Amino acid sequence: MSLLKLEKVEVHYGGIRAVKGIDLTVEKGELVCLIGANGAGKTTTLRAITGLAHATGRIEYEGEQIAGKKSHEIARLGLALVPEGRGVFPQLTIDENLAMGAYMRRDAPAVAHDVERVFSLFPRLKERRGQTAGTMSGGEQQMLAIGRALMSRPRLLLLDEPSMGLAPIMVEKIFEVIRLIAAEGVTMLLVEQNAKLALEASHRAYVLESGLVTISGEASKLLGDPQVRSAYLGE
Amino acid sequence: MNLAATLRTHPHARWIGLALIAVSLIALPFVLAMAGTAWVRITNLAILFVLLSLGLNIVVGFAGLLDLGYIAFYGVGAYVYALLASPHFGLHLPWWMILPIGAAVACLFGVMLGAPTLKLRGDYLAIVTLGFGEIIRIFLNNLSEPFNLTNGPKGIATIDSIKVMGLDFANTTKLGDLAISGTIKYYYFLLAVLVVVIVVNLRLQDSRIGRAWEAIREDEMAARAMGINTTRMKLLAFAMGASFGGVAGGMFSAIQGFISPESFILTESVMVLAMVVLGGMGNIWGVILGAVLLSFVPEILRYTVTPLQQWMFGRSIVDPEVIRMLLFGLAMVVMMLVRPAGLLPSAVRKRELAREPE
Repeated sequence: MSLLKLEKVEVHYGGIRAVKGIDLTVEKGELVCLIGANGAGKTTTLRAITGLAHATGRIEYEGEQIAGKKSHEIARLGLALVPEGRGVFPQLTIDENLAMGAYMRRDAPAVAHDVERVFSLFPRLKERRGQTAGTMSGGEQQMLAIGRALMSRPRLLLLDEPSMGLAPIMVEKIFEVIRLIAAEGVTMLLVEQNAKLALEASHRAYVLESGLVTISGEASKLLGDPQVRSAYLGE
Repeated sequence: MNLAATLRTHPHARWIGLALIAVSLIALPFVLAMAGTAWVRITNLAILFVLLSLGLNIVVGFAGLLDLGYIAFYGVGAYVYALLASPHFGLHLPWWMILPIGAAVACLFGVMLGAPTLKLRGDYLAIVTLGFGEIIRIFLNNLSEPFNLTNGPKGIATIDSIKVMGLDFANTTKLGDLAISGTIKYYYFLLAVLVVVIVVNLRLQDSRIGRAWEAIREDEMAARAMGINTTRMKLLAFAMGASFGGVAGGMFSAIQGFISPESFILTESVMVLAMVVLGGMGNIWGVILGAVLLSFVPEILRYTVTPLQQWMFGRSIVDPEVIRMLLFGLAMVVMMLVRPAGLLPSAVRKRELAREPE
């Protein structure tokens, strides 16, 4: 059984069909990426999975239909979203943001241990733990958003455009950590515009074009696919 | 001066300090009574406003939901008490039954306001809550027809006072040579309720509920992604804030013995909000300070403005009522310039305003 399985998922915004029937699966332990141009429906798909957008069709998480559930209920099932634009709590400190990430947990010693784990992934956060999130750079906020999501010990981590608006060196760092988390066995669904980086890091990939999956398969194969190369890798 | 360090080296200092505060609060009404019972009555009203401010602080300060119609819950609590303990319906239930009923009814009204406004934020929420406050007031004013529920603008009179074990709070009790007036008894009653409310607020702030409100105030969508049921938490904020307002309203009824819709106008909502903002939104002690100051300063000005003018100019030039509001407005403007986060800002609010522009 797949950890996550989407069948004929559609999302409408008013009269516009943003997602027009997507089939997608994520197996346990996999890093799957969803690439495509602006407006292809990548973010909308993530919003549908996390209950932030109303979707029709089947969205199965561990075999259970979750389409139609409230977003906090879905979060409690172990799906953690790192939203587009990061969505950290700007006036709270790094420590407080991480504590919020562990809101649903009541095992204080394990939480403290996980804070240290986040700090070992992002030493920069430890240096600034007393600082408010809003005063940090975009890259640091992205680190915090990922760290905060990890604090819930997610079974499925959903990352929405983690490279957006970041300096190239920061993008590299973020992807380094994404690979590291993946190597630890955290299942991830990654939405990215930076197709090359995403494909290099992922096991499998889906290419989204105006609300439909046009190409899918192993990420390494897609990297060599002439169609993908010309459309998304700028060749 | 370092208070925290002193407290660490002298662990008893905290208890000694608390004991000193307790003794002064217990002695306060007798000292005030020497200046006139009016001052004790003003203090009682000030405590009622502290209660209201603490209730509104839950909604505005903790959860970040701007409520401009908060006084409606005070009104609901006051009318519940008045209707259940006055000749209007011939009902005379005891206070310990009515105050919880008043809190529950106000809580229900809080949910009634909260439920339809869940998706609203900021200005839009402010407008709806303002409208809600007015609706309640207008209902109170007009529900004398076809069935006389509220007695309309005439209000409800001869409301029962609070009686504890045969001790009527409306009369003076002789304790040996010591005469304890009804006003002073109410002072102690209010003080006891206030202590309970403060403890509840402090506990709330540090609880999971308090943290959930903090997250909602910062970023509602992110809060949901953390697994926080934002719908329930926002309704809870409205409900709890309203309950505190309802209890305060009930006590207002009992103390005044007479209420009418005029006591629950928009200006009162604005006043309570001003207390919260001036003291420091989200900081319990700040809010208390704000409420105490805004309750007392206008009264002090009422008694000092005329003598001061006579001393300076030989006659009274400006009516005290006018200059009072003028000085009040001036004080608010100065405050906003000098301490925009309030007198005792909450830690988060302080950071927010001190933040360097990027």
